[in-house]
Amino acid sequence: MSWITKTLTSSIGRKLIMSISGLFLCTFLVVHVVGNLQLFKHDQGAAFNAYSHFMGTNPIIRTIEWVLVLGFGFHIYEAFALVRRNKAARGHGYAQWKAEQNSEWTSRNMGLLGTIILIFLIVHLYNFFWRARFGGLEKIGGDNPEISDYDNLYLAVVSSFHIWWYVLLYVAAQISLGYHLWHGFRSGFQTLGLNHRKYMPVIKYAGYVFSVVVSAAFASMPLYFYLFTNEQGELAANAPSLIHAVTSAF
Amino acid sequence: MNLTLNVWRQPNRHTEGKMVEYKVKDISPEMSFLEMLDVLNEDLLHAGKDPVAFDHDCREGICGSCDLFINGRSHGPEKGTTTCQLHMRKFSDGDTITIEPWRANAFPVNKDLSVDRSAFDRIIQAGGYVSVNTGGVPDGNEIAIPKEIADRAFEAATCIACGACVAACKNASAMLFVSAKVSQLALLPQGQPERKTRVENMVAQMDKEGFGACSNIGSCAAECPVGISLENIAILNREFIAAKATSNNLA
Repeated sequence: MSWITKTLTSSIGRKLIMSISGLFLCTFLVVHVVGNLQLFKHDQGAAFNAYSHFMGTNPIIRTIEWVLVLGFGFHIYEAFALVRRNKAARGHGYAQWKAEQNSEWTSRNMGLLGTIILIFLIVHLYNFFWRARFGGLEKIGGDNPEISDYDNLYLAVVSSFHIWWYVLLYVAAQISLGYHLWHGFRSGFQTLGLNHRKYMPVIKYAGYVFSVVVSAAFASMPLYFYLFTNEQGELAANAPSLIHAVTSAF
Repeated sequence: MNLTLNVWRQPNRHTEGKMVEYKVKDISPEMSFLEMLDVLNEDLLHAGKDPVAFDHDCREGICGSCDLFINGRSHGPEKGTTTCQLHMRKFSDGDTITIEPWRANAFPVNKDLSVDRSAFDRIIQAGGYVSVNTGGVPDGNEIAIPKEIADRAFEAATCIACGACVAACKNASAMLFVSAKVSQLALLPQGQPERKTRVENMVAQMDKEGFGACSNIGSCAAECPVGISLENIAILNREFIAAKATSNNLA
């Protein structure tokens, strides 16, 4: 083995890959959530469909997509490799184990939370990404020849978010994501050695805000369509005025 | 006070062990936890039974020998203490106390509650030292070290290598121990000549011994009797990245 493979398969090396891929995936979450906010626009999905058409066809985005696949791949692979190593390191377990008295629940259950997110990811990719990329979606149609050929991903999103178990899965996955990030964001910096008594409180609280904002924003999408819109995504007249006020901002 | 003890009994390294229940009577709250075990062993000896083997030496919190996992915690429920500094006043009459050895593949059980921590010695041998050259004795103040650096190095140097961090860690990781040794020497001028090889070799030995990887849970620092902080693990990570990126070691 060369020094590179030795470094990257050592315990710290694996953690470095975990941390770099994890923080990279955090940047992906920002892009994904900001783009998806267009779902709230009252335009029968015009903006969202144009956006998803761009994301699905632009060559730069399509190239970066492979980096994203690698990011997920490394993060998931290293997670399994590390869990295996760490489980083996304990050997015989304890009869009594009171870890809740010395550490946070989220930090000890990153594997469980990650697995829930992985299951969600597979369902999510199959339902939206696979259908958008490999067919199965209706075209928008209409008078404008320039966009009438676009896939109507918006309608697929809205109709999916009217299935109760689907909404439940999404919300559960977003809660898991929130807890995963609650520990993961700060932990990523610690693994890279970016720990300083001056900046650690900032990183810590930025991580808490990031995890809550990102997961709440994602979870709000299925809940919004399920609770407040009809099957075409039109806001119900009897929806609370607060929802009207918030979504009109888009 | 009268107590029920659930103690791990294992005749030797290669035999399966099990939890065994014992009753101890008339324990004084002023006793230390180890003195309570002495009482148990006296009772066992009088009854002609094999006493419980457990590690202990100085009994004043310095040597790091008293490696007991008590009621699901390294060194018991009290913060910032070793087992010998834990007193029976922390428990109540009628309590059931579970006592187990440190659990890690790298720390095989010798007998009962005594574990073999020579894995730590081998990690130290891999790089936890400084070179001392021959020649005259240098003047005490010849090497100027800022007070702040000296204090931080000393904080790391207080690690007594007890292994509570490994025992408490979900991953049985030795990162807090290794990080204390690496950051102590990396901070000081005396540690500079071996700075890169030290961290490379100590981490390699840590992995070879079969310790887990750190997932920044923080149980280790919370259970550390001398308060080694997680900042040391960040320093270890930094030292490791810098050494791997710049050392001349291609192996």
